[in-house]
Amino acid sequence: MLKGKDITTIRDLSKKEIFEIFEVAKEMVPIAKGKSIDLLRGKILATLFFEPSTRTRFSFETAMHRLGGDVISFADPKTTSISKGETLADTIRIVDSYSDVIVIRHSYEGAAKLASKFADHPVINAGDGAGQHPTQTLLDLFTIWSNLGKIENLNIGLLGDLKYGRTVHSLALALADFGANLYMISPKGLEMPEHITREINEKIKIKKSENLLSVIGDLDVLYVTRIQKERFPDINEYLKIAGSYRIDLSILEKAKKDLIILHPLPRIDEISPEVDYTPHAKYFEQAFNGVPVRMAILSMVMGVR
Amino acid sequence: MQEKELKIEKIRNGTVIDHIPSGMALKVLKILNIDENIKTTVSIGIHVMSKKSGFKDIVKIEDRYLASKEIAKIALIAPNATVNKIKDYEVVEKYNVVPPSEIAGIVKCSNPACVTNANEPVVPEFYVISTDPIRIKCKYCEREMEREDIIQHII
Repeated sequence: MLKGKDITTIRDLSKKEIFEIFEVAKEMVPIAKGKSIDLLRGKILATLFFEPSTRTRFSFETAMHRLGGDVISFADPKTTSISKGETLADTIRIVDSYSDVIVIRHSYEGAAKLASKFADHPVINAGDGAGQHPTQTLLDLFTIWSNLGKIENLNIGLLGDLKYGRTVHSLALALADFGANLYMISPKGLEMPEHITREINEKIKIKKSENLLSVIGDLDVLYVTRIQKERFPDINEYLKIAGSYRIDLSILEKAKKDLIILHPLPRIDEISPEVDYTPHAKYFEQAFNGVPVRMAILSMVMGVR
Repeated sequence: MQEKELKIEKIRNGTVIDHIPSGMALKVLKILNIDENIKTTVSIGIHVMSKKSGFKDIVKIEDRYLASKEIAKIALIAPNATVNKIKDYEVVEKYNVVPPSEIAGIVKCSNPACVTNANEPVVPEFYVISTDPIRIKCKYCEREMEREDIIQHII
């Protein structure tokens, strides 16, 4: 039972609870596609986005509306009392007294954890700086599970900037817990940080590679992340690397027939648009899954599911 | 060690913290909140020759006995230290230090972006995830810190 539970990191959830979320999310898919229900009528979700977000915020708010609940939020954090010097702790105490569940995104790492300490109602982390973003991890896992029927023993490649990408760290840890085989494909200097690989190595073996071509034929899932220009002092170096990690039809000729490609989006040019029309492309479905997964989470932490 | 070689006098009553890694004595004082408001005598030996381990530091605090929580804190930076309770010049109890499983309010998180370093009404809290070598993990931002980092961030 997730009733009353805070979700500040993916570690707040057991494997069993994650599978329960998947089952509920599966039921929510048709409702997320347009058949709203009254499950959360009379309940209020407060969304506190101190950092900009479109997808995460829209999908939480859509999830609440589809379930018949209401949403309160602010348009711009600059207009809140935080900008007058109020502590986050006080803001949370007050918003908590107005609402039934809080979703927060903040630039400070651990902000959601702090919020959960001061709120009586459940707090859901929608991203804290370079820290955690557990609902993203859940929708990534859900997309794999709903497409391939399992996670265990799948060969899953994580591609691109594995050093700075927030989503990819918690995803890697979760995949390790589920017993997937991880392939880490990243350019020199953007490898997965030591403290994450150390933790993963305690559970499973990692295959590391700088070269996508050499491993693509093994993969069941390819999770692509954006390589940011700002990480490279030399633009030519960036162009060279970005080019060698670009997914297009020719590289997919070497892939398994049922390989699925995921991307947390926004993409810039990591995936060529022609790939969108292949059965491999699941990144738009993945973005849509944000709604049913968050519907499942909201209804479960509020104890109606 | 022979008595005639003693650089620091024996104390009558109080606590002797021995086998502190060389150079760490002042950090130990900091952990024990020993500052300018001290009301009893404290003797410190830094870089003292040790039979066991080359050089060591030693701290003698008169008329004060340490709570088990304080002893646990010492373990964070001096895992091999021993704490001797002295009564009438005799050692009446001797403890090896053992780090606690969780700590609060002793160390600041080394992550500048951690919410505990913002102006919020919380004390930094950590899980001790490994004792040898010492490694702690912030309960808020999940940043891990090792010995050197811990020493630098003692509050």
